[in-house]
Amino acid sequence: MTSQSKQAEMLSGAAMVIRALADEGVEYVYGYPGGAVLHIYDALFQQTQVKHVLVRHEQAATHMADAYARATGKAGVVLVTSGPGATNAVTGIATAYMDSIPMVVLTGQVMSHLIGEDAFQETDMLGISRPIVKHNMSVRRPEDIPALIRKAFYIAQSGRPGPVVLDIPKDMTIPSQTFAYDYPSEVKLRSYQPKLKGHSGQIKKAVTALLAAKRPIIYAGGGVIMGRASDELTELAQLLNVPVTNTLMGLGAYPGDDKQFVGMLGMHGSYEANQTMHHADVILAVGARFDDRVTNNTKKFCPDATIIHIDVDPASISKTVNAHIPIVGLVQPVLEEMLGLVKQKKKKLDEAALASWWQQINAWRAVHGGRYDTTTSQIKPQHVIEMVSKITKGNAFVCSDVGQHQMFAAQYYKFNKPNRWINSGGLGTMGFGLPAAMGIKLNFPDDDVVCVTGEGSIQMNIQELSTCKQYGLGVKIINLNNGYLGMVKQWQDMNYESRYASSYMDSLPDFIKLAEAYGHVGIRVTKPEELEPALERAFALKDQLVFLDIHIDPKEHVYPMQIPGGAMNELFLSKTERT
Amino acid sequence: MRHIISVLLENESGALARLVGLFAQRGYNIDSLTVAPTEDATLSRLTLVTHGNDQVIEQITKQLHKLIEVVKLTDLSESAHIERELMLVKVKAAGNQRDEVKRCADIFRGQIVDVSANTYTVQLVGTSDKLDAFIQALSGSQILEVVRSGVSGISRGEKTLAM
Ligand SMILES: Cc1ncc(C[n+]2csc(CCOP(=O)(O)OP(=O)(O)O)c2C)c(N)n1
Ligand SMILES: [Mg+2]
Repeated sequence: MTSQSKQAEMLSGAAMVIRALADEGVEYVYGYPGGAVLHIYDALFQQTQVKHVLVRHEQAATHMADAYARATGKAGVVLVTSGPGATNAVTGIATAYMDSIPMVVLTGQVMSHLIGEDAFQETDMLGISRPIVKHNMSVRRPEDIPALIRKAFYIAQSGRPGPVVLDIPKDMTIPSQTFAYDYPSEVKLRSYQPKLKGHSGQIKKAVTALLAAKRPIIYAGGGVIMGRASDELTELAQLLNVPVTNTLMGLGAYPGDDKQFVGMLGMHGSYEANQTMHHADVILAVGARFDDRVTNNTKKFCPDATIIHIDVDPASISKTVNAHIPIVGLVQPVLEEMLGLVKQKKKKLDEAALASWWQQINAWRAVHGGRYDTTTSQIKPQHVIEMVSKITKGNAFVCSDVGQHQMFAAQYYKFNKPNRWINSGGLGTMGFGLPAAMGIKLNFPDDDVVCVTGEGSIQMNIQELSTCKQYGLGVKIINLNNGYLGMVKQWQDMNYESRYASSYMDSLPDFIKLAEAYGHVGIRVTKPEELEPALERAFALKDQLVFLDIHIDPKEHVYPMQIPGGAMNELFLSKTERT
Repeated sequence: MRHIISVLLENESGALARLVGLFAQRGYNIDSLTVAPTEDATLSRLTLVTHGNDQVIEQITKQLHKLIEVVKLTDLSESAHIERELMLVKVKAAGNQRDEVKRCADIFRGQIVDVSANTYTVQLVGTSDKLDAFIQALSGSQILEVVRSGVSGISRGEKTLAM
């Protein structure tokens, strides 16, 4: 990575920023220019290694970088100007932070001597971003730039990943002032040494507890995806024949069409996943954080379970639910060590107990597995997703916006691979879907990339259709158009006697014409029989962006849905049934 | 439960703001906070008094650990330690009140560090409890101003919080 042997080169601060990114192996920077970063943009222009993607709004740049990171585990890079450029990036930084996504955000800043004077386009970006970053720093001397960028990547990508903001005052990048450039290969911080391996004693205990289980379940979250441990997780689960549930963030960590998979758990989780969790005697939680959208009422959470919790972040352990056997460490080496022990012990779980556990699980499955009304003449969103899943064989990148459509995508798409379900789980950012799909398509041009969205969400970053044209991003947009902010409407149906306060959107644009105006293909689908041919046609148009405006049943609700204040297995199952 | 958390922090700009921000952001209490550089100019030593149940305190120490600039920390209240706080109290001291205040200061081993025709300023060092007790004892007098430093703490014996 570095050039210790080479004679130190003399570079300006601006050139150092770009060179450091190149040395870090960065191919794309997503951004938008402005006064404070013009020196850096000029340095970008003068080389070819690092390519810049010009979005139409800075929020989109952050989501593109974020999606790249979700798919690859490597930090995405954003470059924006000071003031409004930086504040426009805030939602995207918070989105990445909530889902522990590595990202390096370079924000321009006014000249050092103007800081604090309310100068033109000055905002305290360090102050603004502090609660939504893993770390932030500012450049005080141009010669520090290489080390600061190395440090930013190191912090963003190690331990529990997260976004890092580096604020760069304009006078740190003056082209005429040059300094010796040396990119450090290593960063050592006395105050930050993330734990890697888990405690062997704890791992032994965990294996013993797991092997003694009569009603075990593995509960796997986004940590397995970002921690690249889905192979180990799958092997362990299959070796022991233990059921697996994934969180919203963990979808794809375990193959979605495998018989041991009981579906997603939590607020809109499957009946069988929530039942299996609730009745388990041992829960192996891996890279998941027992958040409120999973546990429902923590006081009623899984009363009989011994909880083994593997997480790289000690603060995630026993935060909301007490862990009986905590293991702090990267999930991949911990699972590998567990696998080794299990194989060495040659012990399996009690066969009779496991058989009756599976019998029970299958009974739960038989009762309420993935039902929805198929008798109407309207297009059902669930059916659309199942069809997309079928056509793409569970291998597409599915980038979602936020709302009912997101939950339908999570429930009905069968994710067979990790890092392919790209959604804003923690912050729930409407407007995430399209830019995320763009970031994926740019980096994986040969893969099918789907953006599942709603007519509300898509309009939050619809301007990016222009960016898609510029860079030839053939994303397939599945607009599940119900004419409502459907998730809001669902809550109003359930809790406010269907008083639809501002959840109906009048004056929707003609999405077909809109797509065409931006130079893309638009297809409207209003009847069930049109659906399959429309999807076939869209996916056949390989390099084209196709906007499928699919008019679905506006009355549909997402079920199951946890009953507020209840245990995790207390669910509404349809508009008329509950557990 | 009251806890005294001692932190070694990188002496960098923004580090203190980040630490204090964490408490505000997550709704933890700060009862008192003292901070100053150590003999090693690159490190600040910070003593923070907080309260909460065991789960909250565990989260506080874990979340503090996560801050990149936090080098080391310890919960002093978990083992034998010394805590000291300094207080300056300006009290109305006119006529026969003057003897009363002086006597009270003597009992608490306080020192009168400033005088005026109508006031005494008493300096007192001790645990927070002792300082509280002194204020109680002065309840007969008119307190004009109280300034407390917040707690500084250190472990007893050979245990240290250092690099
Ligand atoms: C930026 C932002 N604003 C508001 C919300 C609250 N919210 C969550 S879902 C939703 C409705 C989304 O509507 P649409 O995109 O049409 O999806 P649908 O639920 O109809 O499938 C809203 C407003 C949010 N998550 N993000
Ligand atoms: Mg909608």
